[in-house]
Amino acid sequence: MRPVYAISGGVSKFAKARPDKNFQAVVKEAYDYAIADLGLDFEAFTQAVDGSVASYFSDHFARQLMAGAMIQDYLGLCPKPGHRVEGGGATGGICFQEAWKSVASGSMDVCVAYGFESMSHVETWKGNEFIALASDVSFDYPVGGFYSGYYAMMVTRHMKEFGTTPEQLAHVSVKNYTNALYNSYAQKSQRISVQDVRNSPMVAWPLTRLDICVMSDGAAVTVLASEEGLKKLEAAGAKIARPLVKVTGIGRGTDAMRMADRPHFDYDTFMRDYATEQEKNSDDTRAYYKKLWDHGTRYPGVHSFRAGRTAGNMAYKMAGVSDPLHELDFVELHDAYTSSEMQTYEDMGLCRYGEGGPFAASGKAFMPGIDYGLNLPEKPECAVNPSGGLIACGHPVGATGLMQAVFAIWQLQGTIKKHFRDDHLQVKDAKRGAIHSHAGTGTYVSVSVLERAG
Amino acid sequence: MAKLPSRREETLGGYIVHGIPFPVETDPDSLAFLKKMAPIVIEQDYKITYLHSYAQDSPWFAALTNKRIIASQEPDSGYTYAMPRGADMYSGEETRWIDITERTAKVHAFTVCFFGSEEFLPETPYVLALIEFEGVNTLLLTRLMGVDPNAATLDWIGMEVKPRFLRNSKLKPTDVYFVPSE
Repeated sequence: MRPVYAISGGVSKFAKARPDKNFQAVVKEAYDYAIADLGLDFEAFTQAVDGSVASYFSDHFARQLMAGAMIQDYLGLCPKPGHRVEGGGATGGICFQEAWKSVASGSMDVCVAYGFESMSHVETWKGNEFIALASDVSFDYPVGGFYSGYYAMMVTRHMKEFGTTPEQLAHVSVKNYTNALYNSYAQKSQRISVQDVRNSPMVAWPLTRLDICVMSDGAAVTVLASEEGLKKLEAAGAKIARPLVKVTGIGRGTDAMRMADRPHFDYDTFMRDYATEQEKNSDDTRAYYKKLWDHGTRYPGVHSFRAGRTAGNMAYKMAGVSDPLHELDFVELHDAYTSSEMQTYEDMGLCRYGEGGPFAASGKAFMPGIDYGLNLPEKPECAVNPSGGLIACGHPVGATGLMQAVFAIWQLQGTIKKHFRDDHLQVKDAKRGAIHSHAGTGTYVSVSVLERAG
Repeated sequence: MAKLPSRREETLGGYIVHGIPFPVETDPDSLAFLKKMAPIVIEQDYKITYLHSYAQDSPWFAALTNKRIIASQEPDSGYTYAMPRGADMYSGEETRWIDITERTAKVHAFTVCFFGSEEFLPETPYVLALIEFEGVNTLLLTRLMGVDPNAATLDWIGMEVKPRFLRNSKLKPTDVYFVPSE
């Protein structure tokens, strides 16, 4: 596999509804930004790019099949190669990795990954119905299909199993909405308290409206290139930002669509197949897990996402990351729910399974230098969702994973101030970060590691 | 005093429009003005009736209609799925049916949905639960009745429950639901 660089990106305006433009034009907003950031004009980039990968989740929302083909021609990319990927909420992250594969394999030197979702074409509760169709339509959907309900069941099990509290989860919402105050791309930012989160309308016990991301219209684009691609673009006049950002690890995992079908593995199976290298090598952690299992914990059950753990372990192995909390400067992860952010801390090895609740309220995942109005016992260690995440930025499904990639590129380039017009969210001297994209209660999860090269 | 609604409910529908504003003349200035216009937003209906086969899982629905819960079991390992599955995910072998109706059942996880997908909004608040059965390796997604949705508590997890069946089967997984055993 060849080295692959993530060299540019663009994010459209995310909003509850974008009736001003069709989906092709919303994608072009992000596409034009990514091209302009390379210092190229439309025609020069069109000459240089070899092909594309398109990302969008639901044909129901757009009521349009083959939407990717319509974007391809709107962007003037025909007859170059292109295809669409779909993997629920992880579609954007998978798209990023497929573009990586196109370049790493030598198939393309410059590949553009674009994604969008137009969720405003139906009313919110019909939208929830469409999303719930991404659960088994024979057995899950008819029982009361509602994704917030599915995730809430995972929360109650996590609470029962590990003593996690809704107040700990609410810290995630406070953090992400507060971070978003400094991100001009965020769909919604606000100063809130833990109590505000708990007092907002209950959606699916114990998750309230402020624990859950909103639906959005929007698009995002990233451009990936090989070393040959860099030369080709620069020969065409591109001013590619230095330091370069290299994609050093990709990983993906899956799990059963019906979460009821997921296994409940014993301690030995967990330690052999799922524990991180760090966990395997720690006497203290092995003893901690043994105690959990002795008290009845099984893995993953419905409290954990083994797809996320699998994806993280795979990406970390490729990137040479052994201590994620200290070796990653930031993580942009899929916080469709405060609870899924908390569960993902554990999956990605930022803390041990069962410790996600205390970790959420510890301060370790917060940005330094920002007043959250909270009394946080620990110092920031690894900023999680410095952008504000899905909760604040919005979640136009096919665009979301690519939005994370764009924010990660800007963090590692050190260009957050240029793009956000504010430098509060620039992680100081960011050298390495991870992006995490997640679908349907953990059915598909992707993790990619990006690093500053040089 | 209860808080009074200060907003009217938003609904679709309304008058049918004939005639859309457009410049009388198509001179360059008038055409340029079109760039400043708000978009036209229309309503489009989309309704489909699917012929959906339950295929190899059909006996599970037939069992509910006859007030039984059957599960899928791998013949050699005995690994048992509470929800039907034609082939075992570990050996790849075809599963057999076993009856688990009388087995001890407990709540493994739950939530109360105060909102829901459009189809289920009229039923809110409703309780979703994952049920664990004695000697069964996986869970069953169902509705839990007989508990107060406004008094949710983690104490419901671990509570013994028993199945109840609709007298008039709808051939849906909701033909069975669970209630506290006591």
